[in-house]
Amino acid sequence: MEIDFVSKFDYLLILLPEVVLSAAALVLLLGDVFQRGQESSQSADWVGLTAAGSVLAAAAANGFLLTLEVTSGAPMIAADAFRVTANFIFLGATFFGLLFSFDWLEREGLDKGEFYVLVLLATVGMMVLGAARDLIVVFLSLELMSIAVYVLTAFQRSDPRSSEAGLKYFLIGAFASAFLLFGIAFLYGATGTTNLARVVPRVAEAAADGNVLLYLGTGLLLVGFGFKISAVPFHMWTPDAYEGAPTPVTGYMAAGVKAAAFAALLRVLTVELMPAADAWQVALWWVAVLTMVLPNLVALAQDDVKRMLAYSSVAHAGYLLVGVVSANALGRSAALFYLAVYTLMTLGSFAVVYHVAGKGDRRRHLSDFAGLGWRRPLLGVAMVIFLLSLAGFPPTGGFVGKLYLLRAAVDAGQVGLAVTLVLTSLVAYYYYLRVVWKMYFEEAPEEAPSPGRPGPSFRFSAAVCAAGILLLGLLPGTGIDAADRAGRSLTDRPTVESPAAGATTAGLDGPGATPASPSSESDGPSD
Amino acid sequence: MESFYSSHWILSVLLALPLLGAVACQMAPERKAGQVALWVTVLEFALSVPLFFTFETGTAAFQSFGAVPWIEAWGIQYAVGVDGISLLLVLLTTLTMPLAVASSFRYVDRHQKAYYTLLLLLQTGMLGVFTALDLFLFYVFWEVMLIPMYFLIGIWGGERRIYSAIKFFLFTAVGSLLMLVAIAGLVYLYYQQTGAVSFAYRDLVQLQIARGTQFWLFGAFALAFAIKVPLFPLHTWLPDAHVEAPTAGSVILAGVLLKTGIYGFLRFGLPFFSHAATHPAVVGTFLTLGLVGILYAAWVAAVQPDVKSLIAYTSIAHLGFVVLGIFALNPQGMEGGILQMVNHGLSTGALFLLVGMIYERRHTRLIEEFGGLARVMPFFAFSFVVVALSSIGLPATNGFVGEFLILLGTFRSHPVVATLAATGVIFAAYYMLPMVQRVVLNPLEKEENEELEDLDARERAIIVPLLALILLIGVYPNPFLDRTSASAGDLIRRVEERSQAAPLGAATGRAELAFDGVAVLPDDGDGGEGPGMTGPVSVETGE
Repeated sequence: MEIDFVSKFDYLLILLPEVVLSAAALVLLLGDVFQRGQESSQSADWVGLTAAGSVLAAAAANGFLLTLEVTSGAPMIAADAFRVTANFIFLGATFFGLLFSFDWLEREGLDKGEFYVLVLLATVGMMVLGAARDLIVVFLSLELMSIAVYVLTAFQRSDPRSSEAGLKYFLIGAFASAFLLFGIAFLYGATGTTNLARVVPRVAEAAADGNVLLYLGTGLLLVGFGFKISAVPFHMWTPDAYEGAPTPVTGYMAAGVKAAAFAALLRVLTVELMPAADAWQVALWWVAVLTMVLPNLVALAQDDVKRMLAYSSVAHAGYLLVGVVSANALGRSAALFYLAVYTLMTLGSFAVVYHVAGKGDRRRHLSDFAGLGWRRPLLGVAMVIFLLSLAGFPPTGGFVGKLYLLRAAVDAGQVGLAVTLVLTSLVAYYYYLRVVWKMYFEEAPEEAPSPGRPGPSFRFSAAVCAAGILLLGLLPGTGIDAADRAGRSLTDRPTVESPAAGATTAGLDGPGATPASPSSESDGPSD
Repeated sequence: MESFYSSHWILSVLLALPLLGAVACQMAPERKAGQVALWVTVLEFALSVPLFFTFETGTAAFQSFGAVPWIEAWGIQYAVGVDGISLLLVLLTTLTMPLAVASSFRYVDRHQKAYYTLLLLLQTGMLGVFTALDLFLFYVFWEVMLIPMYFLIGIWGGERRIYSAIKFFLFTAVGSLLMLVAIAGLVYLYYQQTGAVSFAYRDLVQLQIARGTQFWLFGAFALAFAIKVPLFPLHTWLPDAHVEAPTAGSVILAGVLLKTGIYGFLRFGLPFFSHAATHPAVVGTFLTLGLVGILYAAWVAAVQPDVKSLIAYTSIAHLGFVVLGIFALNPQGMEGGILQMVNHGLSTGALFLLVGMIYERRHTRLIEEFGGLARVMPFFAFSFVVVALSSIGLPATNGFVGEFLILLGTFRSHPVVATLAATGVIFAAYYMLPMVQRVVLNPLEKEENEELEDLDARERAIIVPLLALILLIGVYPNPFLDRTSASAGDLIRRVEERSQAAPLGAATGRAELAFDGVAVLPDDGDGGEGPGMTGPVSVETGE
């Protein structure tokens, strides 16, 4: 179907998944109020199930986006394969995040409609962020996502740790947003536009002139994004916020929020700001190295499994940055593929942690995992799969993702980054394996309470996550093809031609045409 | 039948059967899991034996070869095959596994299902390493092999099992990760030269790699393999892992796992990076380290109070010999090295099994606790002496054939090294014979030892096949050597040709890997000396 923005209906079509999800959020908000009436009681089962169902509907709408073809205009929202693939990752994170949280909400007596509404709205923010081709839209969607997640972080009102985490996250998040906004303003000053499709030639011009505003703007933009993806040295909030937040929210946050920020970063930095690569590539190189080294070392010293996983998720941002710094098509595809696997393993591992921790989130120490593998064999096997994948061990998706990133780095001539990646992974082996050895090599103390059998939604999503990880490890062909298509679709425009990307795209012999990509750069109605 | 064994199906079945067996183990009742595993491994062995007879001698081509596209976007295949280098190792694996399973029946009394499942997964991993002919596939098996072993040591091991398991895992992982970067580099070079992405062995082995780059890539591969061998000074994980592992774990570690390192050199290190691997400095380093390993391990072994750790150190010495044979870079040394890998698997495997048997009776492995066992356990004593002699390398046992060929080959290219290594054989007698004497001979002084029962039917069934093979290879090694000679000779020829044909570097317009920041010299000085020096290497190593 062709989209030319002559009819107003086209705007709805191109935003269909976001529209579906926002509508569902509003309906749930109202419906929940009516079914609960005056009392502050639990929501009915159907509220949660509707929320999960609406995510599936949004995923279907997202698939429909592939049939669209934008024929004119430089819209603020992209409709390329990259957006669709990224959307599937966000929706996956949301779907499993919701299913994993059912048990927890019931256990903590927090089963309120607001939770689902906030999650859905945050997801809308993520999806728009992944699609934004205008810096103003980047800012708006980032705020939509972040504000919802601030509230989710503080959702467990009875727990001071949760409130503290929410406040911390909010303050630093607001700080980061200010940086981002400053950066956008400077970029506007340098180029005279916020539309990314038009910004490219002007960035090239400005870079050639040595425009200070461009460098300042890019730098501030990097700082803003650095906070959101929790890259060192902007990561200070992450361990505290991740540790204090309710664990299912942590999983959702670590997976979804990071994926969305990375999707935007890939689009803005490695495509639109590519002409100014010398402004950011070296800086980001150091950020990537630090983000791989530091959190991995700190994680070694953590005895709280949740906090350890929080540091490990910072380290994973470092691995993902390798794909960004490589700045070639392979790097973009690799980062996207890794994000997909990362989502599954992060959600899964945090879910196991909250299940073991029990009511009030108290038993999170390493020793609380002793003998878990023998007491709950299936939960143990699932956790081993999640941890091996986080460590990047075959035959899991984490391994294929790491190899993907390594190939991107080597192709871009960044052998130093590749070596840093593997050496820091080695450090990570130790703390992931420590959990495994607690789970299997030690017997549980007699008096320790055994974690109960998880509920059906938990079992279902843990099984799907584990199976997905193994599938992406053993038969990654489909995933790689999709990631390749998405990575290429970002640069499939005549005006944007980065030399590095051009060289590598030719070599990946995937199926030829990209399904949906804006093909025209003529002036359109937006602006 | 014939076509089954000449197609990849035999190898695919060998790879898949243990996986199915693992599933069966999970479904079997706790007490029956061992039986299931035994039947699976025996069937596996029975299936693999005809491979030895259908294997065509006189050709270095891969046999039972098959390749199926797997991840097409990256040119990754499921490709398997055997040649003279891997055939004996495949058979050694299928032989070792039923013995390892049978030896566990008494020792393993908890979590039996998990134990036998892991053993079977380990078997698939090891067979995969020896048969995979695609670098992605190889790497997956190479790493997957670690996980079951980690659990086997960590769950069913001795006192310091957690320390040993982690140490084993981390040590072996260091090298593997750098190898992964090198694999990505190889794939990139192949892409630069041909415009296609491939992980297939036959594609990458033909890659022309600039000489300077070869050293980096060879270094990454060699580190992974040298840790696994283990080559001095990277060996420290081995005594810990061996001593703490359950008997079956030690047997598999010594019998099969250590060979994956040597196999990696033969299959990848030498043919891929021929120039780097035959560079006098590299050859000298490996010969020196091999030699140091032989002598050092012998001295350390001599003072071990624990039988098991003594045997663990002998492993280092034996593998040192194998390294000498390989880096002698001539057919005798190469064939001897390959045969000696099998020999070491048989005799050290048997030693660990025997030690496991007395440990189950006495719950100690200290040499001083025994003495005079020949009186109460005559069959055990007989086996122990035969196996120990084969480990020393006495004529008429398999060890003699292997070590003799290795020393012959080494002497041809490096006489001084060979002479020093020969003293290692004397040291072997020095640490092995006193131990044998103190365990099975000497007067029977300890009361606890008076009631010991001799090996029962199960234990004899485990040991007899190994004894038979030890003597068979000792007196009639030809069937084994015939099957390796063509591949060994071909490998030597190819390495010599390719080491001279390797492009000099950027000057010739060949692909070059950019190591960012680090300036890679495309030609580190030996270009001026001409290709002559990379022929049959004839330099003394720096002692």
